[in-house]
Amino acid sequence: MTSPLANLQSQIDELLARIASLESLEALRAAEPSLTGKRSVLSSLQKSLGGLAPEERSDAGATLQGARRHVEIALEDRRVELAREERRIRLQADRLDLGDVVVQSVRWPATVGHRGLVPSTQRELEDVFVGMGFTVADGPEVESDWYNFEALNIPPAHPARGMWDTFYVDLGEPETVVLRTHTSPTQIHLMELALAQEALPIHSVMPGRCYRRDTPDARHLATFHQIEGLVVDRDITFADLAGVIETFTRSYFGSDIESRLRPAYFPFTEPSAEFEITCTICRGDGCRTCSQTGWIELGGCGMLDPAVFSAVGLDADEWSGFAFGFGIDRCAQMRYQIGDMRALIENDVRFLGQFS
Amino acid sequence: MRIALSWLQEFVGLRESPDELRAVMDDLGLVVEGIEHVGAGLESVVVARIDEISPIAGADRIRRIKVDAGHGPLEIVCGAMNFSVGDHVPLAPVGAVLPGGFEIAERRMKGVVSNGMLCSARELGLSDDHDGLMVLDHLIAPVVGQPLLEALDVVPDVIFDISVEGNRPDAWSVAGVARDLATRLGRPLSAPTLAQPNAGAVTSSVAQAAIEDEELCGRLTVSVLRKVVVGPSPAWIRRRVESAGMRSISNVVDASNLVMIELGQPTHPYDLAHVAGQTIRVRRARTGERLETLDGVVRELAKGGRGLGDTGVDCVIVDGDDVVIGLAGIMGGASSEISQSTTEVLLESAFFDPMTIARSAKHHGLRSEASNRFERGVDPQLALRAVARFVAILRESVPDLEWLDEPIDLWGVVPELPSITLRDGDVERSLGVAIDEDVVVEILEGLGFSLRRSGRDLIVVPSTARLDVRSGAAGRADVIEEIARLYSYRRLPRHTPTWPQPGGLSERQVLRRLVRDVVVDLGATEAWTPSLGSDVDFELLHPQLRRVRITNPLTAEESVLRATMITGLVRAWVRNVERGTGDVVLSEMGVVFTHPDDAKIPRPSKGGVQGAVTLILPNENERLTVILGRELDDALSAVALWSVLAGRLGLADVVVRSLKEPVPGFHQTRCAELTDRSTGALIGHVGEVDDELIATLSGALGGRRLGLVDIDLDALADQDRVIRRSQVAQIPSRYPSAVVDLALVAPESLNAQDLANALRTASPLVESVQLFDVYRGATLEHGTRSLAYRVRFSSPDRTLSESEVSKVREHLIEVAQSTGANLR
Repeated sequence: MTSPLANLQSQIDELLARIASLESLEALRAAEPSLTGKRSVLSSLQKSLGGLAPEERSDAGATLQGARRHVEIALEDRRVELAREERRIRLQADRLDLGDVVVQSVRWPATVGHRGLVPSTQRELEDVFVGMGFTVADGPEVESDWYNFEALNIPPAHPARGMWDTFYVDLGEPETVVLRTHTSPTQIHLMELALAQEALPIHSVMPGRCYRRDTPDARHLATFHQIEGLVVDRDITFADLAGVIETFTRSYFGSDIESRLRPAYFPFTEPSAEFEITCTICRGDGCRTCSQTGWIELGGCGMLDPAVFSAVGLDADEWSGFAFGFGIDRCAQMRYQIGDMRALIENDVRFLGQFS
Repeated sequence: MRIALSWLQEFVGLRESPDELRAVMDDLGLVVEGIEHVGAGLESVVVARIDEISPIAGADRIRRIKVDAGHGPLEIVCGAMNFSVGDHVPLAPVGAVLPGGFEIAERRMKGVVSNGMLCSARELGLSDDHDGLMVLDHLIAPVVGQPLLEALDVVPDVIFDISVEGNRPDAWSVAGVARDLATRLGRPLSAPTLAQPNAGAVTSSVAQAAIEDEELCGRLTVSVLRKVVVGPSPAWIRRRVESAGMRSISNVVDASNLVMIELGQPTHPYDLAHVAGQTIRVRRARTGERLETLDGVVRELAKGGRGLGDTGVDCVIVDGDDVVIGLAGIMGGASSEISQSTTEVLLESAFFDPMTIARSAKHHGLRSEASNRFERGVDPQLALRAVARFVAILRESVPDLEWLDEPIDLWGVVPELPSITLRDGDVERSLGVAIDEDVVVEILEGLGFSLRRSGRDLIVVPSTARLDVRSGAAGRADVIEEIARLYSYRRLPRHTPTWPQPGGLSERQVLRRLVRDVVVDLGATEAWTPSLGSDVDFELLHPQLRRVRITNPLTAEESVLRATMITGLVRAWVRNVERGTGDVVLSEMGVVFTHPDDAKIPRPSKGGVQGAVTLILPNENERLTVILGRELDDALSAVALWSVLAGRLGLADVVVRSLKEPVPGFHQTRCAELTDRSTGALIGHVGEVDDELIATLSGALGGRRLGLVDIDLDALADQDRVIRRSQVAQIPSRYPSAVVDLALVAPESLNAQDLANALRTASPLVESVQLFDVYRGATLEHGTRSLAYRVRFSSPDRTLSESEVSKVREHLIEVAQSTGANLR
């Protein structure tokens, strides 16, 4: 009896020729069962091996297996080739000269758009401060250690650094470049710029995105937005700071919302204060949000520390000033009573669509 | 820091309620984060003995327990299993109200009446233990019927959990907090009981000490205590230690902890017999030295380099053989630890350089109660006073204790106390109000600062407990903060300042707002996608770019700064499609980052220590990205959105030019670049999202088209790159305009907008040129299409005659021909 694989080579050659002649993915899919599937010559050869003696069977099986792999690879190659070609043809058919568009005949359904909660809150805050005589300044999100920390009187390895969980950027020496942990570095840029351009005094607010290495939960996000205020002028006092905080609070949150200051520590201000406002939920009566105190913490502030003045080269005898900062997202959270801050980054249009 | 009210009261008389005290402490900047009432609700809980345990028919999770609590047998149903007959457990009788307000009532379970509740430690608010009942036999020798508070020696107290600010080294102690309260409330401050050396032998006859690095160690005192019997602390000491949230360990360790909490001075007791040569010295660790700290970790010493300022300086304690036995001020080693057999104690009480401790603790990731205090600055005058207190405490359990005379007291470099000049009017210049000098003096003296008058100036020297107070102008600010703090911020005036300089937005900010408004008005919903993404997402669009990577990401999903917002927005859209809300336009204005090595515009910045080095930071590019995902949206809607935006922004002439080369994120044959015709500056791209990107991110939405607009705001805001329409108003001609429609057959290579521009500039009479139809078909030569334009023209001073109109028309046709287009 002749081996069932006697004609294997020519059978394989025929299969390869058929594969090479396939002209479309559709044809390939249709031909697949008869090339490598149950209806293929490979499968029937496999069955015929059953009649061989065991020692012959394993050799023949290996030979057939090798042949099958050869065919399968050829089929896959052809599939990729055809897919590429079909995509090329599809893309060519798709080609549009976008310089030719007759704009007035483009279909444009009326859809209601929605402003992002954070940018629109930021805009409201900016407008309040602009009304109070502040300009608005921007700053970068990736900062050197100098701007984010050291110029703000937070030297390397200082224990106060523990106040900020910092993301380090993998550039230069370890831990020399950071994602800014607060908007305060923009203060330093602003003072340097004003000095260089002889453009003092400064009355500015600086909104922007900040980062802290803090696992997100219902109250915190690792990415968040702050607005920072900076005044550098002559004869500025703590009373001016308290007055600005008070005016802002009433103007943004409403005339029945008060502010108060209590001592705190920030390396870049002295005296420093935490500022609290009447709880916007219970209006001061005490509720769960304010732990029954009637007050909620909004941000930090203080008189510019002389160490910051000397870091930027400003004369502390001639100039004085204050800075303050608080969360934009937190203002939005309070105003709209957002139970879980993570809703802000989920981009669910059912959430976003609630705001105008 | 947890501080018991009873402890504070040993230093200052306090009549106020806990809530009133909380308000005072908050206003002093000692923010109370919580108040705990120890022992509250346990008044009626008694000790009961288990006399009988039997099953309840049909219940395998509860049992019938017979107990005796001094008034005869009582039947209780109980679900705990961790006790046996004869054990003593706490019983809350019917009517008791447990901490948290839970009232015990008679209950019937499976037909059995339960006359009270047997309690776990957690149910009683005594610990977090909830693994069954609190079996008292492990703790005390219980007496049936005894009130539990008495049995456990719990004294009702109030504990304030105070958050201590970074510039208050003094407030890491009961005494420091008491000092603030005494000064604010105008009450006297008491001193604790202190012991005296009493052994008649001098310390140096038994032990030796040396400071080898005077910069690292400002003061080293060594005392020797003899006739020590290590054992448990008396109940009141245990309570004190536990009230601060620490575990009671032994009388010696407890005394050390108690003194630290009370006065703020960490001390370290060694077993004298196990200190080689009975000698301790303080020096800098040398490269290659190691120490196994009490937590069982072997620490490599003197290795710096973990970030800026990590100098690798470790201050260590070594013994007489020069072997490291402790990381000074942070944690001791195991070799010389106090044990049950210790009879002689060497007590170290020292001052270490705060920054050295801070760096070293950070480097080793090892923070202890001691390092927390040393790194903020412990009062260098406190060392021996703390030992005197330690001895007084330890004598409570070891009455025969001997403290050897003349404790060793060595000094290195301690921070010099600044002399701060408070000039007349300084307080008013800073706070905006003059505070009576009497009040100022009272406050500063209350804080232990010393004052001296010099003409009209007040010279202030802070107390040694306040090493946070700096010199010069900074010190003046520190002192003024103390005055304001004790005076009360709430009593300070407020004044809203005004200034002549106007407020306002920059041009960039106005532009940003306008762009946002137009896009939202056109129907876009603003999204907020993450600035940090995964490597996988980054590689989808920018396999060839270097990544700006985060060294210490929270997750791999958020480890690379984004180079585009397209991926994030498509993901956001896909998620909305999955929720059935994908019929939406999403937009985002935000920053994308380019690695400095790939950035065309480098961004130098001051960096390094003291800003002495120039660093090149990643380029930050503000962009607007819009994806149009409504049904039937495609590249055409994207072009429409762009042209409305360009119109609203008053861009003079930005051309949409289709591209042959693929742009990352864009569909390969449906993408055009937006360039300013006169400057050639690239402003962005418009088209459709790459079909493969959609397929990759969604898996299932192949075939959906998404319009895409991606604009570079930095370019848009740059007046040198993008030319705007003139701000000079043009009055339209009062004479009628002529309208000419021209159908021009143009090769595909000729941009329709370039052709329109050629027509527009062909004659000063041309008012406008508008493309109104495009035709491609078999009747036209292959590779060409017909572009139909409506051209309006007029003269400012007359009605154009028919011959003038046809002359202009002829001219327009000639101009078109010169660009390669012919009248159809």
